[in-house]
Amino acid sequence: MPSLKESEPPEMTLTKKLSYEFSDTWAVAKRNLLRYTRLPQLVFFSAIQPIIFLTLFNFVFGGALGKSGAALHGKYINYLLPGIMVQVTLFGGLQTGIGLARDINSGILDRFRSLPMSRAAVLAGRTFADTLRNVVVIAIMLAYGSILGFRFTNGFFPAVGMVLILLLFGYAFSWFSAFIGMAVKDEETAQLAGFVLVFPLVFASAAFVPVQSMATWLQHFANNQPITFAANGARELALGIPSHGAVWKLLAWVVGLLVVFVPLSIWRYKKSV
Amino acid sequence: MSLAFEVKNLAKHYGNVKALDGVTLEAKEGSIFGLLGPNGAGKTTLVRALSTLLEPDKGSAKVLGIDVIKNPQRVREVIGLAGQFAAVDEYLTGEENLYMVGRLYHLSAKETKQRTKELLERLNLADAAKRQVRTYSGGMRRRLDLGACLVGRPKILFLDEPTTGLDPRTRLDLWEIIRDLVSQGTSILLTTQYLEEADVLADKIAVIDRGKVIAEGTSAKLKAMLGGDVIEIQLESERDRQKAEQAIKGIAKKASSYDEATKTLTIPVGSDGSKSLAEVVRSLDRAKVPIHALALHQPSLDDVFLTLTGAKASEVATDAKPKRKRAA
Ligand SMILES: Nc1ncnc2c1ncn2[C@@H]1O[C@H](COP(=O)(O)OP(=O)(O)OP(=O)(O)O)[C@@H](O)[C@H]1O
Ligand SMILES: [Mg+2]
Repeated sequence: MPSLKESEPPEMTLTKKLSYEFSDTWAVAKRNLLRYTRLPQLVFFSAIQPIIFLTLFNFVFGGALGKSGAALHGKYINYLLPGIMVQVTLFGGLQTGIGLARDINSGILDRFRSLPMSRAAVLAGRTFADTLRNVVVIAIMLAYGSILGFRFTNGFFPAVGMVLILLLFGYAFSWFSAFIGMAVKDEETAQLAGFVLVFPLVFASAAFVPVQSMATWLQHFANNQPITFAANGARELALGIPSHGAVWKLLAWVVGLLVVFVPLSIWRYKKSV
Repeated sequence: MSLAFEVKNLAKHYGNVKALDGVTLEAKEGSIFGLLGPNGAGKTTLVRALSTLLEPDKGSAKVLGIDVIKNPQRVREVIGLAGQFAAVDEYLTGEENLYMVGRLYHLSAKETKQRTKELLERLNLADAAKRQVRTYSGGMRRRLDLGACLVGRPKILFLDEPTTGLDPRTRLDLWEIIRDLVSQGTSILLTTQYLEEADVLADKIAVIDRGKVIAEGTSAKLKAMLGGDVIEIQLESERDRQKAEQAIKGIAKKASSYDEATKTLTIPVGSDGSKSLAEVVRSLDRAKVPIHALALHQPSLDDVFLTLTGAKASEVATDAKPKRKRAA
């Protein structure tokens, strides 16, 4: 049997290479999506979680904030839903890192790393699958929100735009989360690291309450962080509340996160111990 | 002659643990290379280095002539890895697992389907094909894992303790499969805790300990290192001792020894035990020495292993370092 020499590499054409990138990514995404269908409990709780959040916040904060109607531009549920959707899509993004940490420990990441597949596919497939999961979660939230009285008031296309920027933000966050998950290499740590980061950011933002109601020093922070941009951007698109360019600032963050964490995560994946 | 793999001076340190401490080995293409060694010897580390999962600190490694460090992606095209712990997705069915891996080896959808079916049958998993892996037994998982590394028809297989935890029947099946693959030209690197397995399967064996190769060669050569076969004769009576010793003088390769308690005469006879056994019987018969019992002992690979690693075994037992579940 002739042995392969380094001098005869089957140079792949660019189109072939690209088609492998896609088919590898799809194979991995399919695996992650299949897992979701095999874990009915997980699906159940990811659906129930946003419903509980929305119910609690609506009736707990809604009562207190109901009187300051001016700051909220109308019904609290209209104000709240876009904000909660930001939080929920970020939690969806956190799953990426948690899942990757699990894959490291189960050894399946080693299997992938020993295969002649694309070096980006494991991460691209996972982030894609987690984004599709976010689509489902957003649909559930919109349906339940409408029962609680939420209405889009800014037309159809901006409403679609709202869903898109939320998904994009969640997607970019997935790549960040992937990096964390591979760095800590432990499911529980990844989960904790995510929550420790996301919770304060969400609360110190315009996600649930108007920034004007916060202490002055906190307002400075809250006004300039991506979760506020996401919440206000989503409100502008859903309800037509002017947001001083929050949509664009959010998109800048999305691009920034992707530019930094796509290469960083792929590097981390390739790097061996 | 082309080489299946070739490592030179390979070193990998974790803090002050020398997982690999200058390992040099090579294996012929189309052969089975057996890697033996006690726990923590560095077997898995070597397999991981050869299968591109970790970059060594020093030294070089080539698989089928391709440099593992410079050209890992090309190496991945020709290898199949079954790690020490089964790496399959618990929530996918057996079939889905193999299909995914086949696609990731870039086989066409049609070919992958066919290969999946073929392997599930070959590995006796056809009945469980549509069941999620988390319902599989340990041995079934192990077989599926082996299937996953065969999907892409790799030219060289790295099997890290492939038969650990398998029942005897399944182990024999697996040996059969391994031999079959080799007869079709596949090269195999196999680590094992079962010396018998290395003895039966491997064309060449290396024993490593603490990251170093401490012996290398065919199983016959390793056994010969222990001085070869031994014949033991238990006499009827103490009185016959001198007569017996006289009778076997020409056959013994080295000085024989006598144990008074058991009345047993031990005769080293070199490598050709069975032939010498016949001669011993004839000479004793001629000399009219009554025999109570007679036995031929051929050193097993276990003896080799224990002798080679024995001195260190006691030390190893005491430095029970916590071992990470898995390196990543
Ligand atoms: N990621 C790691 N970090 C620290 N030490 C490690 C790591 N991987 C391996 N080691 C150490 O390197 C040494 C060799 O480990 P290796 O897993 O190669 O042994 P092995 O021969 O496969 O043992 P076993 O028969 O138990 O599987 C051990 O002392 C182990 O603790
Ligand atoms: Mg091992």
